[in-house]
Amino acid sequence: MKISREDVVRVAELAHLGLSPAEVELYRGQLDAILTYVDKLKELDTASVEPMAQVLHIATSESGAQQHPELRDDVSQPCNVAGPVLAGAPEAQAPFFRVPKVIDR
Amino acid sequence: MSAPASWTVASVRAALQTKKISARELAAEFLGRIERRNPELNAFLTVSPERAYAQADRIDAAIAKGEPLPPLAGVPIAIKDVISTRGLRTTCSSKMLENYVPPYDATAVERLDDAGAVFLGKTNCDEFAMGGSNENSAYGPVRNPVALDRVPGGSSGGSAAAVAAGLAVAALGTDTGGSIRQPASFCGVAGLMPTYGRVSRYGLVAFASSLDKIGPFATNIADASAVLSVIAGHDANDSTSAAVPVPDYSAESQKPVQGLRIGVPEDYFGAGLDSGVKEKVRAGIALLESLGCRRIPLQMPHTDYAIAAYYILATAEASSNLARYDGVRYGLRVPGGTLTEMYRNTREGGFGSEVKRRIMLGTYVLSSGYYDAYYLRAQRVRSLIAQDFTDAFQKVDAIVTPTAPTPAFRLAEKSSDPLQMYLADVYTVTGSLAGVPGISVPCGKTKAGLPVGMQVFAPHFSEASLLRLARAFESAGGYAV
Repeated sequence: MKISREDVVRVAELAHLGLSPAEVELYRGQLDAILTYVDKLKELDTASVEPMAQVLHIATSESGAQQHPELRDDVSQPCNVAGPVLAGAPEAQAPFFRVPKVIDR
Repeated sequence: MSAPASWTVASVRAALQTKKISARELAAEFLGRIERRNPELNAFLTVSPERAYAQADRIDAAIAKGEPLPPLAGVPIAIKDVISTRGLRTTCSSKMLENYVPPYDATAVERLDDAGAVFLGKTNCDEFAMGGSNENSAYGPVRNPVALDRVPGGSSGGSAAAVAAGLAVAALGTDTGGSIRQPASFCGVAGLMPTYGRVSRYGLVAFASSLDKIGPFATNIADASAVLSVIAGHDANDSTSAAVPVPDYSAESQKPVQGLRIGVPEDYFGAGLDSGVKEKVRAGIALLESLGCRRIPLQMPHTDYAIAAYYILATAEASSNLARYDGVRYGLRVPGGTLTEMYRNTREGGFGSEVKRRIMLGTYVLSSGYYDAYYLRAQRVRSLIAQDFTDAFQKVDAIVTPTAPTPAFRLAEKSSDPLQMYLADVYTVTGSLAGVPGISVPCGKTKAGLPVGMQVFAPHFSEASLLRLARAFESAGGYAV
């Protein structure tokens, strides 16, 4: 068994996901099957392989394009979206989002 | 009832220029088709007549003044509901974003708008683009227009079904592990996943940022080329978008294919491949050979590890990207006594079961003590898979494989076993991990009449090669091979 009920509960807590007891059991079984399957990666000797952290880097160097063209000048631009953004919030009091009280006194 | 007339980018343009139809009449025709067919197909979640007519009127005014027409003038297009559209509800097929209205257009959408396209509405998909059958939508599954008891594929099932059913001339989809190519294959249309960085992701709601791509669906390669030409290119708003020049794909796609070397990896024709699919794709490859392509057998030794690497990396990225749905800034909020309770209640109520499963898996593989064993190892395997492609492209110009191991399956046939569903992505996730472009082209039908797709991969930024091969294949009758 790769993953226990307690692991599932701990991971759900980390991810801020509320799960019913039935969901905990369901996910335990399913995640166990998936984690068992992905163990096949251990068949490969990867000790000397660089992890692929950047897709574009490889792609642009192959095509001979300029390195890091993606970095633009850091110039501030007008961004007048506060109104529509707050209008889409579940609870807002301009210019703030409202949330349940965080600090107890 | 006679079949509705089929329109293409070129026929729309010709009809507008000769005043056989106005852009407004054409928009009305397509909105009417959607009204008639959508109750059965569920391909559209939101229909946008206001925006469509406003765009159409702009084109009609340009025609009246004798102004030159932009490249997609009046072309009715559908947009997958994970791509932001200003003022138009964008749900990601999730309850979390049921009433979310973006304040801006995605770059790809803005470019289509500038090119004169007419937006019919937003298409259904798997929730947050996670799935291969469209059954993970909070708003019900899409039905495959070719066989209504079957899935359209996923996650861009609504876009594929809309184009296949003649409810849109073209559509935008997104592809993370096969979500354009597999539904294209299941519905019998063409679907192209561009190179990572070819099309801006600005405004695409993120699932797995190192894998997500926006690309077109169309009934034919000329239309797919026309849409790609518009949406491709560097965008300062996406730091992963590439400053690589965009060729004229329509012109490029008409170049001859004689002498092109096509690699056929035997690793893609083994156990698990449906015999009907195998037969058609073999026939498709033979047709390409008859057009003067040279078939070269290939080995891609890490193919069998792609699913495992993909599902670790994609879920890890998803768990991070979907942390933003916390009930604070937009979307659903389910109240709770404390901030943490509010987060938990919101995420419990807003996400469907596949999304929760992937967040759980992704959180687990990134969690303390497991990172090296899962995430880091998968990143190393991703390098090996990318190297398979680099090695292959030393010997060949393109790689030809089946798109999916089976034709469209029945609704509910696979939905109870997530691992089985993941394994069906076996031929598409390899190219996704490598970041190379891929296309699925219709390649005949099985004996039961279900569409088969043939997949072609090319080196980074070589979409022109894909379109060339696909167009030659189409012209030679490959769709009915």
